[in-house]
Amino acid sequence: MNIYVCISNVPDTTTRIKYKAGNQEVDYTGVQWIINPWDELALTRAIELKEANPGAIGKIITITVGKADTEPTIRKALAIGADEAIRIDAVPLDAYSTASNIAEALKQEEPGIILCGVESSDFNSWSVGGMLSEIMELPSVSAVSSLNFENNKPIVTREIDGGKQQISVPVPCVLIVQKGIAIVPRIPSMRGIMTARTKPLKVNTGVSVDPLIKVSDYQAPPQKSVCKMIDPEHLEQLADLLHTEARVI
Amino acid sequence: MNFEFTEEQLMIQQAARDYAQRELILDVIERDTHSIYPEKHVKALAELGFMGMMVSPEYDGSGMDTISYVLAMEELSKVDASVSVIMSVNNSLVCYGIEHFGTEEQKQKFLRPLARGEKIGAFLLSEPEAGSDATSQKTTADDKGDYYLLNGTKNWITNGNTASTYLVIAQTHPEKGHKGINVLIVDRNSPGISVGPHEDKMGMRSSDTHSVMFTDVKVSKENRIGEDGFGFKFAMKTLEGGRIGIAAQALGLASGALERSIKYAQERKAFGKELAKHQSVAFKIAEMAIKVENSRNLCLKAAWLKDQGKPYGYASAMAKYYAAESAMWVTTEAVQIHGGYGYVKEYHVERLMREAKLTQIYEGTSEIQKIVISRDLLHLK
Repeated sequence: MNIYVCISNVPDTTTRIKYKAGNQEVDYTGVQWIINPWDELALTRAIELKEANPGAIGKIITITVGKADTEPTIRKALAIGADEAIRIDAVPLDAYSTASNIAEALKQEEPGIILCGVESSDFNSWSVGGMLSEIMELPSVSAVSSLNFENNKPIVTREIDGGKQQISVPVPCVLIVQKGIAIVPRIPSMRGIMTARTKPLKVNTGVSVDPLIKVSDYQAPPQKSVCKMIDPEHLEQLADLLHTEARVI
Repeated sequence: MNFEFTEEQLMIQQAARDYAQRELILDVIERDTHSIYPEKHVKALAELGFMGMMVSPEYDGSGMDTISYVLAMEELSKVDASVSVIMSVNNSLVCYGIEHFGTEEQKQKFLRPLARGEKIGAFLLSEPEAGSDATSQKTTADDKGDYYLLNGTKNWITNGNTASTYLVIAQTHPEKGHKGINVLIVDRNSPGISVGPHEDKMGMRSSDTHSVMFTDVKVSKENRIGEDGFGFKFAMKTLEGGRIGIAAQALGLASGALERSIKYAQERKAFGKELAKHQSVAFKIAEMAIKVENSRNLCLKAAWLKDQGKPYGYASAMAKYYAAESAMWVTTEAVQIHGGYGYVKEYHVERLMREAKLTQIYEGTSEIQKIVISRDLLHLK
């Protein structure tokens, strides 16, 4: 069984976000690109499972929607331990166009488990995994915080209100994974870095898909305001501020 | 001239940074305070391939270039100079020495486990009465036909207790002066070896530093590296490359101190505004940054020369001298910028300052580096 890990190329989390074109576009000048942190954890778990179950899992294949400038990030995934990579040559316009392109590419593959990080740290749509499973008409489980194999079958833990579910999932399936799926993201070894360039990186032609979302403009969130100190002798001031300014009571 | 790094070099830098910032940082203060050897980190770095970074894959190394090594050493040293010195000795002294000057049999037997990090190496040159003056070796390796008999004491040995493989410099033909010195590969478990107590050091307290005593230790002639009398030249040649590792370590101490100072200056307020908006602090940081940038450029130039197969002794001496002197200044200023908080362990900069001092001393003092540089310039012997 092969595990496919969807990898999103995102700006480093310490990037200072800037906009351009009248706040209609993000200015990516000078941005450092990284693997989306949730996808990195998903990839780590896939590698751990392959190491623990060498007979059950064949290859780990990453899949990314992006142009050629995403290849350094893809090669990092190969250095970490993926066996092969697929880059779909298209701009990820929104979650729907991303999911549609991934679905199209997977038609030519034989996925066992498809892992999607719950969200990407740039646009945080929380949608690709769910859309992918619907487009492909595959079973999916969301909020997956652990993935194990028992008798060569995936068993997942899903976080729900007030507890956890243990679910046995048929393959092929889409698993939408969140924090907890792996504890520490795998660091690429020297050997992994050396061999990353020799591992297969296939480029598929993208499909033209109209996005469902159009961004009207971008706005930065309001700056954090100065902390207001309230005299404990005058708590009525606190109640007044919570009512009139914060409007929470 | 291209000042950009390759994708692989950037990946290596990031891997070292990730390990340092996620793992080493967690227990570095505790290990420094209590002089605890970083056993699990050495093992983890070995598994990642850092302990034999530049050794050819033919001998189970990672086959990386010296520039990658400098980048990795800098990142690890920003957090933990004890771990980086263990890595530096293993890589640029022991592995380098055996790979470049050893026989095929020596490489197969000794280099492979060192490159994999399964065994750790130590470089035994300094003695109680011979530090900078390495020609005055009192440790003797008497030629007994098919073996050498080793007697003497070495001190200040990094990895002195944890190493399995020692490279020992010793005098065989005193009448020939430094041309009678040999270098021997010695198994740490040989009968007649005793290791002194762990030195209680000012800094780099997590790395184990010991005296090592040899009493009638038999070493097979097959374990001699190079021709009879090659030992001093071996030591000097190997230290040339080792200097690049220590220069990169000093660079890491300085750049780590700078990063922490920038962050602190942006957060801490005095007289109604952030320290960063006080010109005295802002200018200090600018000067620190210039020294860090110069240190980095010198390290990378020396590394580049070595990778190109060009002479690099002059460049590595410059890099080591400048980076060590800069590290001492930059880390001291970092403590100053942090004020009272810079004086306590929790804020890390006091440790960086204590560690920077050693970079001015070991693997050739700053004074020795000036001898190397001036001799080269003035064509002196």
